[in-house]
Amino acid sequence: MEKIAYRPETLTKTPFTYCPGCLHGVAHRLIAEAVDEQGLVNQMTGVAPVGCSVFAYKFFNFDMAQAAHGRAPAVATGMKRARPDMHVFTYQGDGDLAAIGTAEIVHAANRGEHISVFFVNNAIYGMTGGQMAPTTLPEMKTTTSPYGRKTDDIGFPIRVSELLATLIAPYYIERVSLLSPADILKAKKAVSKAIQYNKEGRGFTFVEFISTCPTNWGIDPLKSREWAKENMLPFFKLGCLRDKGEGVE
Amino acid sequence: MTTEMICAGFGGQGVLTIGKFLAKAGMTEGKNVSWLPSYGPEMRGGTANVSTVISDDAIASPIVSYPDILVALNQPSIDKFAPSIRPGGILIYNTNMCPHGCKRDDITIIKAPMVEIANEIGNQMVLNMLAIGIIIGKTAIIKYETMEADLTGFMKAKNPELLELNLKAIKRGIEIGNS
Amino acid sequence: MAKILMKGNEAVAEAAIRSGCRLYFAYPITPQSELIEYMARMMPKVNGTFLQAESEVSAINMVYGAAGCGKRVMTSSSSPGISLKMEGISYIAGAELPCVIVNVQRGGPGLGDIQPAQGDYFQATKGGGHGDYRLIVMAPSSVQEFADMASEAFDLADKYRNPVMILADGMLGQMMEPVEFKPSRSDEEIAEMWRQHESWCVCPNEDGDKKHHHEINSLEIDPQVLEKHVNDLYQKYGVIEKNEVRYEEFNVSDDNEILCVAWGTASRIVKSAINELKAAGKSVGLIRPINVWPYPYEAVAKAIGPKVKKVYVFELNTGQMLDDVKIAVNGKVPVDFWGKVGGIVFTPAEIQAKLEECF
Repeated sequence: MEKIAYRPETLTKTPFTYCPGCLHGVAHRLIAEAVDEQGLVNQMTGVAPVGCSVFAYKFFNFDMAQAAHGRAPAVATGMKRARPDMHVFTYQGDGDLAAIGTAEIVHAANRGEHISVFFVNNAIYGMTGGQMAPTTLPEMKTTTSPYGRKTDDIGFPIRVSELLATLIAPYYIERVSLLSPADILKAKKAVSKAIQYNKEGRGFTFVEFISTCPTNWGIDPLKSREWAKENMLPFFKLGCLRDKGEGVE
Repeated sequence: MTTEMICAGFGGQGVLTIGKFLAKAGMTEGKNVSWLPSYGPEMRGGTANVSTVISDDAIASPIVSYPDILVALNQPSIDKFAPSIRPGGILIYNTNMCPHGCKRDDITIIKAPMVEIANEIGNQMVLNMLAIGIIIGKTAIIKYETMEADLTGFMKAKNPELLELNLKAIKRGIEIGNS
Repeated sequence: MAKILMKGNEAVAEAAIRSGCRLYFAYPITPQSELIEYMARMMPKVNGTFLQAESEVSAINMVYGAAGCGKRVMTSSSSPGISLKMEGISYIAGAELPCVIVNVQRGGPGLGDIQPAQGDYFQATKGGGHGDYRLIVMAPSSVQEFADMASEAFDLADKYRNPVMILADGMLGQMMEPVEFKPSRSDEEIAEMWRQHESWCVCPNEDGDKKHHHEINSLEIDPQVLEKHVNDLYQKYGVIEKNEVRYEEFNVSDDNEILCVAWGTASRIVKSAINELKAAGKSVGLIRPINVWPYPYEAVAKAIGPKVKKVYVFELNTGQMLDDVKIAVNGKVPVDFWGKVGGIVFTPAEIQAKLEECF
């Protein structure tokens, strides 16, 4: 009998602690499947951020480090330099990566550090309770932008993938979404590619996931996907910005 | 015995090197040595000074309060450090850049137109070696042979011509120190 | 091995490499720049990693990552840069990772200046970063000792899985003294040092069915678990306090009328003054803590001889170790303090004058 539903070898049995309808679990699973497929179960290691995925080190069934807020790319750099025979990824949210950790991500990308970075963008701080993120949309209400994000006061959302694509060194940069089954299949391809390039030692790989936060947005899980499609995707356009393996520069 | 020295002058005159070669020679002769430079913005164009201690015993403070020897390549160095030379100590100064000299009468003063002499030898850069020569000529803190061997090891392969000039300057300095 | 005349900044770097340090991450700052420059030149020659980080914050987090892989790793900076590292140091202490941090102190607070100072004593020995943790803090007073401490610091870091700080200053960094190095550790020895950490560090999983899952982590969200973790840390610190107190006695005797306490660079100046006074028939002793955490409280108390009128603390700050001396003396005799700040180093003559006032 063919097994069609199973736990990837690289996920532990620890239940996810995410809110109902949260897409972190999907992103975790995509990464775990890709690591399984690439046969890296024994050589993989990851760095968890500060944010909702702070406990990611409990969920992946390989060695993991937990980093200070925003510092995951620096921690991953130290790990990869110390153990070049291992494969390292970071998993970071938008507050972690695009606010407090901007220096770390820009310079890790600029060095072409041989790590993969998985960036979950849901336009809000989750764990701390729905505060404004660097990726919060104009006029979007959060607990720290209660009258809506005012762009003349606090600026526009940061498009991190585009920002990193101005650098020469990164090998692969793609923005995908987790908003529909079809998009998740495309996201899987991007994750697999990033992990494969990582395995092959090609360079810095970066996948941005457009995701949701039903709890802090105050929108139910299904509607929140529609909301994200209507509001986030026009600003954060999906697609591959860099793929040196396929000649996309 | 402990000899405490301060060498001072404008940045670029090679005062740090005077201390460094003396310390290195002292080390080669099995003595305890320390070399402590002034550092920071003043190294770039301003005044520079270095405290060097050469001793038969363990060196306590590398900071020199009362130098036994002061090498002053410019007047501000005399003004700043000469008052604290130990009575009976030695002041070596460069008359080309120290128009007012030093009025103390309880110390030995050796003065020479060091810029002129260095130019006569062939290169103003050897001024610091001239100062080293004067110290060797006047005191017994290190031997000429040690300095020659150190410099030869350091320079012979890289720049034999400069080595010759340096040794010439040291010998000339010894003559001044002896006289 | 023949002695080499070397700056403290370079000597500590060379000694670190010889003791098996193969990864170094840092950011330039005066007066420690010769250290980072030396590493930039020498690390490639031993197939090691030198990386100039984008900030001190990143550098210490790279150390966290590399230390999490069980390898000997070091960073260095000077006072303002060390402040930036404090977040990472707290994480490293919490996650119990071995590493060495060199602080070549300069004048503060704020940007301060670039001259030698001892104003980071509180930061190094009492915390600096957040939370309940301790660093082992070693305070060299000569270039030779600075170099020797590099390998001792790595050994202590490995032994206790704890970050170790070498608390030097601009004078030790910039001055040259003869230094004799220990032989370099062989590749086999270095590999063996890495292997001792395999039971906990991030490493490839080749254990078949008994697959390991190592976590490098300072997060314990359950208060009961965190309480146990911190208590365990304090048990470890207790062992360190028992085993790793180190100090030097200089001219300590029953004849002492004054007992001085000074650390690092300052202690050398005090020694000169004591020598001058000795020649004049005045007896002054000195206790120099070599490790400033754990602190030699008992040694200070024991060194107070029958004729001692006063314990005199000299530091290049406004009186930071002074608090520890007061704890040690515990009211037995008066404790006095004199210091210089702003990056100004007191001279032997000034200390001598201060001590002569006591007779």
